[in-house]
Amino acid sequence: MATAAGRPDTGARRAMWLGMALVLAACGLALLGLAVGSTGVEPVSQVLSALGDAVVGPRGDAGADAAISAQIVWDIRAPRTLGAFLAGALLGLAGAVAQGLFRNPLADPFLLGSASGATLGVAAALSLLGVSPMATGWVVRAGLTGAAFVGAVLAVLLTLLLAKGVQHTLRLLLAGVVVGVVLGALSSLVTLLSPDILQAMQSFMLGSTGFVGWAAVGIMAGVWLPCLAVGLAFSRVLDGLSLGEATAASLGLPLGALRVALVAVLALATGTAVAQTGLIAFVGLAAPHLVRSAVKTTHARLLALSSLMGGVLLLLADTLARGVMAPQELPVGVLTAVLGGGYLLWLMHRRVG
Amino acid sequence: MNIARRTGLRIRQGLRALGLCGLVCVPVAAQAYEVVDDRGRTVTLAAPPQRVVSLLPSLSETVCELGQCHRLVGVDRYSNHPAALAKLPQMGGGLDPSVEAVVAARPDLVLISASARAADRLEALGLKVVVLEPKTHADVRRVLRTVALTLGVPVAEADRVWRHIDAAVSAAAQSLPASAQGTRVYFEVNRAPYGAGASSFIGETLTRLGVKNILGPELGPFPKLNPEFVVRANPDVIMVGARNFAGMTDRPGWKGLRAIRDNRLCVFSLDESDVLVRPGPRMAEAARLMAGCIAGKTAAVGAAARQGGAV
Repeated sequence: MATAAGRPDTGARRAMWLGMALVLAACGLALLGLAVGSTGVEPVSQVLSALGDAVVGPRGDAGADAAISAQIVWDIRAPRTLGAFLAGALLGLAGAVAQGLFRNPLADPFLLGSASGATLGVAAALSLLGVSPMATGWVVRAGLTGAAFVGAVLAVLLTLLLAKGVQHTLRLLLAGVVVGVVLGALSSLVTLLSPDILQAMQSFMLGSTGFVGWAAVGIMAGVWLPCLAVGLAFSRVLDGLSLGEATAASLGLPLGALRVALVAVLALATGTAVAQTGLIAFVGLAAPHLVRSAVKTTHARLLALSSLMGGVLLLLADTLARGVMAPQELPVGVLTAVLGGGYLLWLMHRRVG
Repeated sequence: MNIARRTGLRIRQGLRALGLCGLVCVPVAAQAYEVVDDRGRTVTLAAPPQRVVSLLPSLSETVCELGQCHRLVGVDRYSNHPAALAKLPQMGGGLDPSVEAVVAARPDLVLISASARAADRLEALGLKVVVLEPKTHADVRRVLRTVALTLGVPVAEADRVWRHIDAAVSAAAQSLPASAQGTRVYFEVNRAPYGAGASSFIGETLTRLGVKNILGPELGPFPKLNPEFVVRANPDVIMVGARNFAGMTDRPGWKGLRAIRDNRLCVFSLDESDVLVRPGPRMAEAARLMAGCIAGKTAAVGAAARQGGAV
């Protein structure tokens, strides 16, 4: 990671400190996440004993209550907490890739139309459910998760088709925005035609980690690790692009192929996160900015740190969403916007001052 | 009597109206009368309206329940009961009514919900608009009376309909076996999940049936829940519409729920869901649907328990 030069690199050191701080924060928040539930914050000892029960089975006299507590901690809170971190990590990574790829600080993971594609997929699946018995069979099996993922991927493919590939950044951006608007309008139409799905759509659009189980955690982890690896491996192209398109080309980088790989990372990471948790706004936009405000560094480190930052941000938001009004829940997307956005505003204010 | 005051009916004597109008008004045979709607706005009607447009399913049902279905000339696209309404022109949805279609039908009264923004627009176009927003059992009774007053139907008729509904709800409650009393129920209105709290229309029906809602009144009418709450509460029976049921048993940690394990699930069809969620005159039918399911599910389990010995 460190530069070849012998003298200490303050950027690299700061990045390492930030990385360690974020890992520690993630661990701390994950422990807290195990303790926060529908009854508010529970003592850690109680949670650990419940976790023990889940692993070795409840001890003789404990009975049904202990079994339920164990199930809640192991089957619900643990995957939900890990899932919040992973979804945030996917979005943070996708955000950093998008901002580097489009050389635009306003870029976010949903830029290529994936959000509206996923929304349309979910709206279509929801309005079909319960209406046509024919549709119910396969829609239920694939589930809303499948519908969201397919929608997101199809939208990105449509954007790429309209932009005739990834070569032309501005064209790609414009195509993404247009696809987003058109698919968004179609989702509104579907929702209008079957208003019963209005609330379900709203909760999808605000995002929730409420139903993330171990399978979802497995999928997100399975996508996150390769995406991060590809992102890190190809991060040089982002460093090159930050100097301008012509400079990047003159460095002799195979720009086309690397761009395709990074767009694939962007689409896959976003689609996976959206499919499992709905549209969680702002994490992907804010995470890279929060990292950049702390440390100026190469894209390799920026990608890794943004991913960690996204995970921590969503973990924090999810824990608060569960805890503040227990047993009711706040939409987690509202909290990510308030937390990430609030901090970003404060940073801007301080810099101007 | 409180209700009469709230609806604020003030029927003027024909002579008095004539006197107030003086030289400007043409004398009318019918008595002009006033109705105060849920916006608190006073609507003056010269004569009982004969061409009515209803833009809320529960209001359409209320008009028909009062025996005035023949006065409807248009409804919103979700008004599907009674079946005769299918023959009427549809004028958009409650939230997005087709103003043009409503005006073209030349109604002398439009019944519409408070959440629709079209009320002001329709009024500006010269239509008589009465805004009503039934949300609770008490609202159903109040709206019955207000609609009766508005249509010029004797209030006694509205009271008679209400007594009928109320008696049918009580009968549904009494049809539940003693063993089903106190059954702990979770009613999911939406997969977010939003549940029906004790203060919601559905919650009030559950209370009338004598079963226990796992969502207390402190949570408000439709709280967005942490799914973990339902797992911890471990209800005896879960009620849900078919549309929201898909995938419920696959939710993390829900397989072990008593209601899911023992198949004590009341999954209501789309038509049944319409009955359950509309605060209108079909609330007795809603109570019967819920009571029927609870009785069936708890009896089956009781029998299984007796067969299998102690559980």
